[in-house]
Amino acid sequence: MPTVRLSFSPAPAHVRTARLVAVAVARRAGVADELLEEIRLAIGEACSRAVALHRSQGTDSLIDMAMNNGDRFTVRVTDRVSDSPATTDPAAFLGEAPAAAEVPESLAEEAVAARMGLTLLAGLVDDLQVNTLADGLGTEVSMSWPVTRKPTDA
Amino acid sequence: MELSLSTRTVDDHTVLEVGGEVDVYTAPRLRERLVELVEAGARSVIVDLSRVEFLDSTGLGVLVGALKRLRAAGGTLALVCGHERLLKIFRITALDRVFALYDSVEAATAATGADAGQSA
Repeated sequence: MPTVRLSFSPAPAHVRTARLVAVAVARRAGVADELLEEIRLAIGEACSRAVALHRSQGTDSLIDMAMNNGDRFTVRVTDRVSDSPATTDPAAFLGEAPAAAEVPESLAEEAVAARMGLTLLAGLVDDLQVNTLADGLGTEVSMSWPVTRKPTDA
Repeated sequence: MELSLSTRTVDDHTVLEVGGEVDVYTAPRLRERLVELVEAGARSVIVDLSRVEFLDSTGLGVLVGALKRLRAAGGTLALVCGHERLLKIFRITALDRVFALYDSVEAATAATGADAGQSA
């Protein structure tokens, strides 16, 4: 069972809330302070990606963020969009050299942002997995970070 | 913290000082302001990110969009970004090789001539 779970409608304003919640839970879970900034950014990117997917499909269904503290602090962000394009899979960016140092002229701003978001996710999170949900109706971005301090809650 | 935007002129340069959080929610306001500046005739734009507390991929997308818009208009865009926290984001995305990045507005104005978009 997740320790803390947050569901939110695909509104950009809620992404900030999700970041704040995730960092607060990570801190309590005993994640080292120097990782919190990375977590803030990674969670923001995972949630922004989900929001963009939901909005591109015109769905109002809720995005789910589930956090678990155990041996590691784990966050799963789940969207409910089937057939998300392959270009939205951060795993596709794993191990890839950084994008060419040129302004991608052909891409719209949103596409640039989406690509940069995936590059950031892949670059920031050592333990990153993206899986299609069992029912095929969505994807789950799973990330985890080491816990190095004693948790401050029960 | 909410996004804050303020514009001033230093010599021939338009300096847009950005503060707070630039994310998927606030980035459209930054885009709007940058479009306004270019439409109003600004050609040497310096975006000062020194007081930015958070910047995500949406913000990067807006900055890339501004760079394209300015280049198309024969202008230049320079970024002022001192702290490591933000520089890391530019490095991971390889955008440190796309943007002209400076430590301070003074350094940006000193270096920004006709070729500022390509140098540094």
